[in-house]
Amino acid sequence: MPAPLLVPAAIGVLFLALPLVGLLVRTPWSQLATQLAAPGVGQALRLSLVSATLATLLSLLLGVPLAWVLARSRTRGRTVLRALVTVPLVLPPVVGGVALFLVLGRQGIVGSWLDDAFGITIPFTTTAVVIAETFVAMPFLVISVEGALRAADARFEDVAATLGAGRWTTFRRVTLPLVAPGIAAGAVLCWARALGEFGATITFAGNFPGTTQTMPLAVYLALQRDPDAAIVLSVLLLAVSLATLLLLRDRWLGRGGAA
Amino acid sequence: MVPRMRIDRRVLAGLAAAALVAGCGSSEGADVPDDAVSGTLTVFAAASLTEVFTALGGRLEDANPALQVQFSFAGSSALATQISQGAPADVFASANEAQMAVVTDADLAEGETQVFTRNVLQIAVPAGNPAGISGLADFAREEPALAVCAAEVPCGAAAEDVFAAAGVTARPDTLEEDVRAALTKVELGEVDAALVYASDVAAAGDAVEGIAFPEAEQAVNDYPVCVLADAPNPAAARAFVDLVLSGEGRRLLTDAGFRAP
Amino acid sequence: MSLHASIAVRRGTLDLELDVEVADGEVLAVLGPNGAGKSTLLRVLAGLLPPDAGSVVVDGATWDGDGTSLPPHSRSLGMVFQDALLFPHLSVADNVAFGLRTRGAGRAPARAVAADWLARVGLEGLGDRRPRELSGGQAQRAALARALVGEPALLLLDEPLSALDARTRLAVRAELRRHLAEFRGSTVLVTHDPVDAMALADRVVVVEDGRVVQAGPPQEIARRPRTDYVARLVGLALLPGTGRGTRVHLDDGGAVAVAEEASGPVFAAIRPESVALYVARPEGSPRNVWRATIAGATPHGATVRCDLTGEVPLVADVTATAFAELGLAVGAEVWATVKASEVAVYSR
Repeated sequence: MPAPLLVPAAIGVLFLALPLVGLLVRTPWSQLATQLAAPGVGQALRLSLVSATLATLLSLLLGVPLAWVLARSRTRGRTVLRALVTVPLVLPPVVGGVALFLVLGRQGIVGSWLDDAFGITIPFTTTAVVIAETFVAMPFLVISVEGALRAADARFEDVAATLGAGRWTTFRRVTLPLVAPGIAAGAVLCWARALGEFGATITFAGNFPGTTQTMPLAVYLALQRDPDAAIVLSVLLLAVSLATLLLLRDRWLGRGGAA
Repeated sequence: MVPRMRIDRRVLAGLAAAALVAGCGSSEGADVPDDAVSGTLTVFAAASLTEVFTALGGRLEDANPALQVQFSFAGSSALATQISQGAPADVFASANEAQMAVVTDADLAEGETQVFTRNVLQIAVPAGNPAGISGLADFAREEPALAVCAAEVPCGAAAEDVFAAAGVTARPDTLEEDVRAALTKVELGEVDAALVYASDVAAAGDAVEGIAFPEAEQAVNDYPVCVLADAPNPAAARAFVDLVLSGEGRRLLTDAGFRAP
Repeated sequence: MSLHASIAVRRGTLDLELDVEVADGEVLAVLGPNGAGKSTLLRVLAGLLPPDAGSVVVDGATWDGDGTSLPPHSRSLGMVFQDALLFPHLSVADNVAFGLRTRGAGRAPARAVAADWLARVGLEGLGDRRPRELSGGQAQRAALARALVGEPALLLLDEPLSALDARTRLAVRAELRRHLAEFRGSTVLVTHDPVDAMALADRVVVVEDGRVVQAGPPQEIARRPRTDYVARLVGLALLPGTGRGTRVHLDDGGAVAVAEEASGPVFAAIRPESVALYVARPEGSPRNVWRATIAGATPHGATVRCDLTGEVPLVADVTATAFAELGLAVGAEVWATVKASEVAVYSR
């Protein structure tokens, strides 16, 4: 392998891995059991996993069709649409949280109507956590799936059309299976981003143990009082998310490596 | 990464002037030391001090044309952590004694720390008080949406103290990571009340109303300031701390909702 | 079943204006260089590209024109592409059954019909395989079965053989020929290979720069090319005969030596550039040597196309220089030779 690639690659690995090493070195292993058994840790972890998974499902439901529109439609507004999709990527998450208030909050455009008509208020609920995470994480899925759709051979869709498949059937039976690996990759990115989401969540959903306090929020607050506890929680979150991703990867590869 | 705020003179000159008029009558520059200081001054200060310190920095720059004042406003604990990790700051102003202790315990403060102001809790409600909040007892009710700071941060610790003093079992909907986040939710009307500092209510302007309550006296927060031992510009640091402690600084703080020590 | 199409398409530099008619059971080959607009024609017929003007009428039903444009999935058609384009996520059988399933057939009946079609194209027992486990020829056969399974009114073939290697192409071409003979609908075959056109089509239209420059039966086009392109492209001699070992005995008398064994009714095709002319009988022993008379000579660029009569009718391309140096002229007696390996043989 050529050195101009190998050296930066090695530096890149160190750059990404060393903070992790730092975290592990500083982990107070002797207190690990006590810290993990602390009330609220299991609750926060469970809430994190559940809300990140729900956010990923919601992102799939909305994001895959959106990616299709971006990749396949020839509408003139597509450039604007793509810019809109990437907004949550560049928006500071806290600002995203405030923006969600302005729409879905009690005083928000949609939120006030929901409150008046159905008595539904979203902020400070687990629903708000899922919405905040979806807002921040869905663009990762959309961009990933759009890339897969663009890379996929569109002639397969032509073939399907000549075989009597309407656009919806073509999408369901040809396009979707073809880009399945891209969707899986996007879903993983989306889930990981949702799991680590902090800013939009703490702003829009608030922070209350059991309903809205996810692991990143717990870590942040622990950091204010007891950095050791924060490190333990971080390592726990890291371990669980890595284990989940590796497990899923094995499943996918085991299923015949559609990629 | 420490967010730095470079003072925009045009905006702040106006702010400072307004503050001076309100502070009534002191002849300009009376409290500024005669010895001119120069270079760059870096001040780490609790987020609640943003408006007052920015104005004071403008005053100091006006009196010392060769001086540039930079601020890093953030939560006191974040600032204390950054200072102990070697951040090149000249002055540290904390929102409580505990975070100042992190700095002094590490021998990073030059000389004595001085309490320059105090802050007490108030109940912040959206303009017009739509939920009809009247006192601390309302925090025990189920219906209103309520925000209190998390126990891990200073305003949350103070809140626990006043609730204990009042014998109220609070039922908040969210435990905020800092006082500004709690205030933002009041400003947006997303919570009916939040327990924040009087200075925050003053800073929020017309969007927020403050309700004082007697139990607040149980949790008065002291704000200490110090020149840091490794200050790159100790002379300017001293000048800034003197300005903060001066009658001028005190007036600005009082106008901003703080209480004299 | 019949196709009447008269279409116009303008896309960038492409300016296509074509009239195409194909009768029931007829195979029309559209022959032309790359960029001539052949594939665009197929895309329009398939409904994948709306024409700027004109109409497409199949069996009396308007697919395009009169302000309507039927979407591709509502057209009774089958299409085979240059690459087989079998869906990689489906088994070979499910690929073939796809067109039946989209039109509402149940899983089991669709599978049964697909299995039948796989057998008809010689892929018995391969239905459970994944497309990537098939060879190029097998994949193209499966693609053909997939296109024909719904018994469409119109079959569109877009360079169906050009991605295959030479040997496979012979086999698949023969297979295709057989199925086209049985197919009752109209077929449009797009190709740039004159051998495909000659072997498979009842009629040929030559398209250059978006316009039909010549149309007619394959032999007619080979005999009387009207443009240089057609001349270079289709000037091959197509000789029907019967294969016996490495010889093909021609129906009109004479025999041609070929490289590979052939049997039964076949075509022997000889390209003009494969024919060498000599004034005296050549030395050595080339396996195909015939006495011939130059019946016609037409210059095409740097070459002269010579129409030869004699025991075996041939067309030969000679460089203009050689034509002059050998002192050739219409009426001259010459010797024509062709290497056995230069003769293409395919069943008819």
